[in-house]
Amino acid sequence: MITLLEARGIGKRFGGLTALDDVSLTINKGEVYGLIGPNGAGKTTLFNVLTGAYMPDGGEFVFNGSQLPTGKPHKVVGRGIARTFQNIRLFRELTALENVMAGHHIRTRAGIWGILTQSRFTREEERLTTERAYELLDYVGIAHLAEAVSKNLSYGDQRRLEIARALATEPHLLALDEPAAGMNATETAQLRRLIDQIRHDGVTVLLIEHDVKLVMGLCDRVAVLDFGRKIAEDVPSVVQRDPKVIEAYLGGGHKHVA
Amino acid sequence: MNELVAAVPWLGRRNPMAARWLIIVLALAAPLIAMMFGRSWVRVLDFALLYMMLALGLNVVVGFAGLLDLGYIAFYAVGAYTFAFLASPHFGVHWPFWAVLPLGAAFAALAGIALGFPVLRLRGDYLAIVTLGFGEIIRIFMNNLNYPINITNGPQGINMIDPIVLFGWDLSRTLKIGDFTINSLYLYYYFFLLCVAGSILLIQRLQISRIGRAWAAMRDDELAAKAIGINIRNMKLLAFSLGATFGGVAGCLFGAFQGFVSPESFSLMESIAVLTMVVFGGMGNIAGAVVGALVLALLPEVLRDIAVPIQQMLFDRVLLDPEVLRMLLLSLAMILMMLLRPVGLIPAKARYAHPEHLPRKKEARP
Amino acid sequence: METLLQQLINGLTIGSVYALVALGYTMVYGILGLINFAHGDLVMVGALSALQTMMFLMGVAPGMSPIAMLTLALLVAMPVCMMLGFTMERLAYRRLRNAPRLAPLITAIGMSFLLQTIAMILWGRSYHTFPQLISTTPLQPIAGVFITPVQIAILITSALIMVALILLVTRTRVGRAMRATAENHKVASLMGVDTNAVIAMTFVVGAALAAVAGVMFASNYGIAHYGMGFMPGLKAFTAAVLGGIGNLGGAMLGGITLGLVESFGAGYIEDLSFGFLNSSYQDIFAFIILGLVLIFRPTGLLGERVSDRA
Repeated sequence: MITLLEARGIGKRFGGLTALDDVSLTINKGEVYGLIGPNGAGKTTLFNVLTGAYMPDGGEFVFNGSQLPTGKPHKVVGRGIARTFQNIRLFRELTALENVMAGHHIRTRAGIWGILTQSRFTREEERLTTERAYELLDYVGIAHLAEAVSKNLSYGDQRRLEIARALATEPHLLALDEPAAGMNATETAQLRRLIDQIRHDGVTVLLIEHDVKLVMGLCDRVAVLDFGRKIAEDVPSVVQRDPKVIEAYLGGGHKHVA
Repeated sequence: MNELVAAVPWLGRRNPMAARWLIIVLALAAPLIAMMFGRSWVRVLDFALLYMMLALGLNVVVGFAGLLDLGYIAFYAVGAYTFAFLASPHFGVHWPFWAVLPLGAAFAALAGIALGFPVLRLRGDYLAIVTLGFGEIIRIFMNNLNYPINITNGPQGINMIDPIVLFGWDLSRTLKIGDFTINSLYLYYYFFLLCVAGSILLIQRLQISRIGRAWAAMRDDELAAKAIGINIRNMKLLAFSLGATFGGVAGCLFGAFQGFVSPESFSLMESIAVLTMVVFGGMGNIAGAVVGALVLALLPEVLRDIAVPIQQMLFDRVLLDPEVLRMLLLSLAMILMMLLRPVGLIPAKARYAHPEHLPRKKEARP
Repeated sequence: METLLQQLINGLTIGSVYALVALGYTMVYGILGLINFAHGDLVMVGALSALQTMMFLMGVAPGMSPIAMLTLALLVAMPVCMMLGFTMERLAYRRLRNAPRLAPLITAIGMSFLLQTIAMILWGRSYHTFPQLISTTPLQPIAGVFITPVQIAILITSALIMVALILLVTRTRVGRAMRATAENHKVASLMGVDTNAVIAMTFVVGAALAAVAGVMFASNYGIAHYGMGFMPGLKAFTAAVLGGIGNLGGAMLGGITLGLVESFGAGYIEDLSFGFLNSSYQDIFAFIILGLVLIFRPTGLLGERVSDRA
């Protein structure tokens, strides 16, 4: 097994609240890695620290063999980590196609002079970007909506568009923040097939999810966070029976029976 | 141009080709029509074209990148003063037009970056106030830098600025071809028209490019834009400096055309006027900026011609002078547009991709 | 030393006027997240409608005592501004509460220019002499420092108003409703607060303060005209940001700090810049402070809210 991402002793505090406490975990290349835990356990905070939205107070991430820069989202994306958001964040006024094309930004090179003079390189790159974006829309199953303005798409289509946009950055690791939230059973099943497909096509997936059934069915390994600490990390069947995990979900005042 | 064509009422969607030709013919014939009402109307058209350039440039900043800039006129001032310094008796320097124009554009771009750096982290309302302050600071300096060393000549401004000379051809002189004479105002008109057309072309290329999409992404959701790897800092600075460049070029043209610059031309009211043009036409689309500038530059002049005689007839005196009418018009345009039609006069959808690149289009499915 | 004390008095006076205006900005921002650009122009409307009243009174009752006249002028100017504030909110801002973020701001800018234009139509473009009913002749110098009766009046009045405002906000039902609405509109309205009424109330109170500030401003300088509100408005906004926008105490602190900086700055700028800049650059201090605060301490001196709320 080849390690893709290693988190080493990540810590993050907000004022007096410890959101992440010395979290370490290892994600292997090619797997679907689940991150679960009750509300407020620090899952999204870990995402935000990983993708550079927050500065960690301690620890480091090693990705593909070298340390990740902290607090610089565009560099993290450049290294090959893409994410989606819990509450979908699309570019509302852009079409589905343009959203995905924007996602390709970091893999394109056309400069200001090239654009103003419409150099051959720029035109070719633009054409390839369009084609690539269209392929990705097709991949997630919404190619027929390419020219629809994204704010008018249905909820499920918006989720899929967000995944297509993240894939357009050509990531090695795709981090999905509760992609099934608010989806009905059919949509969840489609999502599950999509994530499976993405993994088969060689992209490692990090999945935060509340839907335990989805996580258990889809993930190769699962880590559980509770109050900012990792309390378990193993294959789903083992984690499911871990008394600490059951305690975290059922006891301690948490009402979340996921 | 396509947005502009689509914006032509009725004809635009039915027969784009005819609409395109209509725009071209109208643009070419406009000064001839204006001349029938008097020379001053050709001058008004010349200024309308300058406003168009300003609105196009500001639209890059406000419309594309979503950065509300209330000090935009400062870049116009930088361009105009650069021209005045380098091509007038004020310092006794008379550089040729082609040498000064890029310098004016470059200084304006630098000023844009200078403004951009401190305001990188600001959004929305704070940005508006700080940029307004920037515009005012520039104006205060223009007004006061005549002491202890006379740089700007203070409130009097600088006059006798050289006209535009293209390859030995002086635009400020009447052109004679045989018995045929072409007034200088026409020459400026067609030269400015060329500049506006060039600006539209360049801005459209920017809009439909990775940069235009990055701006739009940043405008719609800054956090998500970061999350897909867009370097927000660079994109904001680029928007400020490119927007400023168009302002700087327009400023050079203004200085040369008017032959005179003073701080009065660069008041906050002018920044607001250009912003109103962008808002009125429709933020974020090129046709909007063009039409907004055209309407709001011409309307006050039309009112001046109509309202003043009417008032004299009715009340025997002028109650609302033209300047008041212009302010009234601009402020009402801004408020009413936001309340009644926030997308602007031309709600044409801005495009950030070439749909003809779509594979589906090529296959031409039934 | 004497100049220093003198600048201190001048700075405190003008600073307390800024503070009154800043309170209006900060209250509206705290509750709506809107910079009401037109707030500065209410200062102008206050001054000019007070002027109009005084001219009228001088015509009909020439023997009236200055204090009575000033009081009557205020009693006209305040309701005029309050009505204007109410109207602006009702007709424009309320309809834009859920609009895209630039829309209310652009409307506010338009509103500011509309007010200036209307004032220009009503009162013309010229500068009007504002009757200085309270003397501006300095009293007997104390330790070489000149202080004028009008300065004393401004300092005392604004102190009283600020105390009254703090009592209103902290001790009354209306004040509690205001704080609740500022915290969270939805929750406040679920708790039975009529948030629309509270927001309107905020505009009206702010407008009344602006009217008083306008009369003070005009009395201090002896001049009034249609554009007089814009600069003080911007400076007051700077003061509000400096103090921490959304925070009443911050607006007061910010106003007075800005007044002092400006006063000292104008006094010493020539020495500081080796004679290159002079006091005509006074107006740039506010902008420089604004820029610095927003870059280095966007929450302001006493602030609680973050800067990038838009």
